[in-house]
Amino acid sequence: MARQVFAYIIHKDGVVDDTALELVAAAGKLDPDASITAVVAGAGAELDAVCNEVASSFAEIWKIDDEALAYVNAEVLRGMLVRILPKGGIVLVPHEHFGMDLAPGLSIKLDAAYLPDAVDFEGIEDGRLKVVREEYSGQVSTHVLCDISEGAVITVRPGSFKADESKSANGRVVDKTAEAMEGDLPGSARRYLEVVEAEIGDVDITKSDILVSVGRGIEDEENLEIIYELAEAMGGDVSCSRPIVDAKWLEKSRQVGTSGQTVKPKVYMALGISGTFQHLGGIKGAPFIVAVNKNPKAPIFQIADVGVVDDMLDFIPKLTDRINEIKG
Amino acid sequence: MEILVCIKRAPDTSENEIEVNSDGTDIERDDLVYSVNEWDNYAVEEAIQIRDKIGGSVTVVSVGDEEAEDVLRREMAMGADKGILLSDDAFEGSDGKGIASILKAEVEKRNYDLILTGAQADDGAGQVGGILAAMLDWPYASLVNFLEVVDDNKIKVGREIAGGNQEMNEIDLPCVLSIQTGINEPRYVGIRGIRKVASLEIPVLGADDLGIAPGSVGESGAKTKRQDYFVPELGEGAEILEGSTDEIIDKLIELIKSKGGIK
Ligand SMILES: Cc1cc2nc3c(=O)[nH]c(=O)nc-3n(C[C@H](O)[C@H](O)[C@H](O)COP(=O)(O)OP(=O)(O)OC[C@H]3O[C@@H](n4cnc5c(N)ncnc54)[C@H](O)[C@@H]3O)c2cc1C
Ligand SMILES: Nc1ncnc2c1ncn2[C@@H]1O[C@H](COP(=O)(O)O)[C@@H](O)[C@H]1O
Repeated sequence: MARQVFAYIIHKDGVVDDTALELVAAAGKLDPDASITAVVAGAGAELDAVCNEVASSFAEIWKIDDEALAYVNAEVLRGMLVRILPKGGIVLVPHEHFGMDLAPGLSIKLDAAYLPDAVDFEGIEDGRLKVVREEYSGQVSTHVLCDISEGAVITVRPGSFKADESKSANGRVVDKTAEAMEGDLPGSARRYLEVVEAEIGDVDITKSDILVSVGRGIEDEENLEIIYELAEAMGGDVSCSRPIVDAKWLEKSRQVGTSGQTVKPKVYMALGISGTFQHLGGIKGAPFIVAVNKNPKAPIFQIADVGVVDDMLDFIPKLTDRINEIKG
Repeated sequence: MEILVCIKRAPDTSENEIEVNSDGTDIERDDLVYSVNEWDNYAVEEAIQIRDKIGGSVTVVSVGDEEAEDVLRREMAMGADKGILLSDDAFEGSDGKGIASILKAEVEKRNYDLILTGAQADDGAGQVGGILAAMLDWPYASLVNFLEVVDDNKIKVGREIAGGNQEMNEIDLPCVLSIQTGINEPRYVGIRGIRKVASLEIPVLGADDLGIAPGSVGESGAKTKRQDYFVPELGEGAEILEGSTDEIIDKLIELIKSKGGIK
């Protein structure tokens, strides 16, 4: 029998997340002969829209449709999934804020192996899957062998598998709600209350054409002055990586990344930013990326278009002066 | 409230350039600067703040070798009441489930109300907290960036979700939470603070003390095993500008201008 791979589908307001098609590609890379099933949870008409969309790329869709999932709480969903997922299967979940909430515990409840944040698969040998991961903020990679003989839950890094749009399916939707809801509603020890929307800041960096983005390499709050000056000279706006917001040097609305804003400028200056996937996940639209970093091995240089290996505290003021000089 | 915070000793990635060693079996560990995993520092700070507000105690625990004692002591200098080191040759090579099994053995020996972990550690897994919770059958919430104690039986937490939004939940005690950076501002620990706790004893517990069957954890119990380290061969990467600083700057300005980056 073909290996069973399940892909958990993230969706919001009836729109399927990009990771859905990435998981199709990931499953295909994991095992080209696998039978792939999408698992979709939610409620009502929104969920139907999601199922319809997913049906064009998965042969089979398992849906769990209940009011209790109008906002999907990972604790509740985990209990339901344990009731419907067969032992021994492979479950792929996007490695983002929901997947990180759901997946580790799911592996325990399914008695399966857990493999977090996979970026590539390199084949199966003797029941062991060879997985590529990254460590130390992407500075080095590793091969990890994962014993999948009794099943596995694997989180897959968003953006690391190229969405497979070639496969078209006319998927069959199977309603698993009754089975998932059998007995009590699970996970009642954690109750969803509400979503508090991000505050809107003074500048909307999602609309900026030119972003001068600063990371931990700036070292000190006072040094931010050189960033403001460069932004002013270039006619751009200041954005940043997460540590700058954590330190309260800039407001949250200036943070670029998966837990911040998604920006699509023409030019992105990454200054003292190492280039973790959570940061890069917020940069869309293929801007021209300039990286300034004192570490020649910083992962940002793999994504950037041009790079300068230097101490930004020396380099940036000189760059600013020269721009101002040229502008006259 | 009795709070346990799980902490890991990790190379400080903002201080170090991490490189693969010559045979690819490990990273180059000579001259690495280690400290407590960044996320764990926020978890300890949060625990201390809760204790200072409503009473109770904070215990920090780490699975590691004797060098992990340093980070335990550092977090005690921050204000944790007690440190425990879980250390045994049999623990070496544990995967996330192995680490969680070892921590679970400690949790079951005492009466903790709340367990905090960091959202993720140096290998970026973000797994130990969720696995531990599931093993204990306690509720779990990840990526917590807001925490408020409601009463003896429940707390209110905010979880960080996409786009800077926050998902609020109420969760029953005992529970496990993974803490996200930015939830607080961890206090500074000076050398004097560390000296103050230098003589405090940190108990070391091994597999026998914890009642852990050797073979259930460590390398033999691990379903995931790291095979090697490598530096991936990627595409072309950035064009690194060379020359004198003036030359680099002129070249860079020309490029930025051509892409519409100077208004
Ligand atoms: C669930 C989750 C969500 C996250 N969401 C986000 C997000 O939305 N956005 C985000 O940014 N991060 C996010 N993170 C955090 C992310 O994992 C990294 O911690 C963060 O991106 C690192 O920021 P950084 O590159 O500024 O710092 P570091 O990784 O510390 O890098 C600093 C860089 O500066 C360089 N440097 C140091 N000094 C100098 C100098 N003088 N001159 C030049 N270069 C110098 C160093 O070589 C290094 O490359 C998230 C993490 C998690 C777990
Ligand atoms: N060896 C360890 N000892 C104690 N706690 C750990 C250990 N490894 C991981 N943790 C905890 O689990 C969190 C997440 O780590 P990880 O799942 O390895 O990414 C860390 O922030 C710690 O709180």
